[in-house]
Amino acid sequence: MLKVDRINCFYGHVQVLRDFSLDLAPGEVLCLLGRNGAGKTTALKAIMGLVRARSGGITLDGIDLVGMAAHEVPKQGIGYTPQGRRLFSDLTVDENLQVGLMTRAKGAETRERVLGLFPLLRERLHQRAGTLSGGEQQMLATARALCLEPKVMLLDEPTEGLMPIMISKILDIVATLKEAGVATILVEQRVESALHVADRVAFVENGRTAEVVSPDHLRADPSLLHHYVGVGVRK
Amino acid sequence: MTPALRARRILLLHGGLALLLLLCQFVLPDYHHTNFVSIMVLAVYALGYNLLVGYTGLLSLGHAMFFAAGLYGAGMGVHYFAWNPVVAFIAGAAAGLFLAVLVGLVALRTSGVAFMIVTMMFAQAAFLTTLYFNDVTHGDEGLTLTQAARSFALFGTVIDLTNPAIRYNLAWLLLAGALAVMLLVVLSPAGRVLIAIRENEERTRMLGYDVRRYKLAALGVSGLLSGAAGAAYVLFFGYVGSSFAAIPYSIYPLLWVLLGGVGTVAGPVIGTLLMFYLIEIARDYSSSYMIVVGAILLVLVLFFPKGIIGSWRARGQGWIP
Repeated sequence: MLKVDRINCFYGHVQVLRDFSLDLAPGEVLCLLGRNGAGKTTALKAIMGLVRARSGGITLDGIDLVGMAAHEVPKQGIGYTPQGRRLFSDLTVDENLQVGLMTRAKGAETRERVLGLFPLLRERLHQRAGTLSGGEQQMLATARALCLEPKVMLLDEPTEGLMPIMISKILDIVATLKEAGVATILVEQRVESALHVADRVAFVENGRTAEVVSPDHLRADPSLLHHYVGVGVRK
Repeated sequence: MTPALRARRILLLHGGLALLLLLCQFVLPDYHHTNFVSIMVLAVYALGYNLLVGYTGLLSLGHAMFFAAGLYGAGMGVHYFAWNPVVAFIAGAAAGLFLAVLVGLVALRTSGVAFMIVTMMFAQAAFLTTLYFNDVTHGDEGLTLTQAARSFALFGTVIDLTNPAIRYNLAWLLLAGALAVMLLVVLSPAGRVLIAIRENEERTRMLGYDVRRYKLAALGVSGLLSGAAGAAYVLFFGYVGSSFAAIPYSIYPLLWVLLGGVGTVAGPVIGTLLMFYLIEIARDYSSSYMIVVGAILLVLVLFFPKGIIGSWRARGQGWIP
């Protein structure tokens, strides 16, 4: 479905991704783990066309995304929730969703489906997004990306700074998307939480995909986490 | 608040403001009657400016070129080709739109401080052009339009733009139209996209929007309103000169919008009214009145960044567009 094939990306003269590769099947959840600065966020930005790949290929269902204008990439079916949520804080919850819906044909139908996933947002429809709590903002950011009816969701640290109850809600949403056949790339610092929903874990080191393992393999061999991330995981 | 209640309040605020300005003509003394014509026309310019700076987040320091495009587009047409004032007005507004799109194709490749500098440079080039082609524009001295050239027949009735009552009501009509256009744009789905661009351009792009196209459209509408204001100004007051293309006329709309409220529809109208009289008073005391203008700009940016309507909106009046 989504295939990233040996891409190389740079910030100025500094190379950030080196022959970075990954592939993703429909409904699959792939968790990207790695130390700060390893290239996880850049990999997501490269898929979205926000950072240009100087070489290599990115395809979604055979459609080449490299060289495509950044605003065309979401229309191919990729939703992106960046780190820090980045809502339109002056717009209400409903207006945020409307902005997300405008590029889709079946607006009302999609809106209802998205609000069905996030009932809390329905109660806050006329509230300004900037006044929502951190967890609600994350829900709205995810809901807005879902308005594009994506085949693939890219979530960059969606649980950052959230209370435990909100973290579990966000991860439940990832599980629900998976059931609906939406594939997800999840960049996450909370390893244990991510392992509950992930099908595979890819370790990113120095801009490369160093190793791809299953969550069970990782639980059996926590030394990988120590090596690539510097943390442990409970078995 | 329900959408219906919000719509009623919006209509009440903006309709009330427009009605108040319409009724003012019956109580204002002659001097202020003329001033109000200027204020209403300049408020249209401020509304156009605010669409760009307040709703799209693009701070232009060169809007005088679009205002001047309207002035020269209409003024030269009447002066040299004896155009009907209606045709001249349309030509002036179109000149503002055309120039805005042309400048936008280049300037919108930049953003932030670079956009400010690029627009200022374009405006400076436009200003120098009006001086360079002195034979045609008469530079600082400018062109004056005769009373006969500013009259036209409409359905058998002669409309004389030098007549104070006609001038006032046409200026009001222009302002009311511009207010309606602004409300339609700001409250439309496209208006929400402009606000989204202002809030976070990259995020908006990630929702599938061609951000540059929206920005160009906003600049186009802004240029159209600025050009329309310029065209009306020359037709109502019969004079166009290079000073209208100079830097102060790029700074004034910023002041009007800052005072009234950036990113509000009613704010620029109130800001223009108050700032017009503040400058008038400062001018009475000193020829260096631009120092006062600079001081006001500093005070506004440092202590009063939301302006009058913006501060009101921040006090629990989130329905104000």
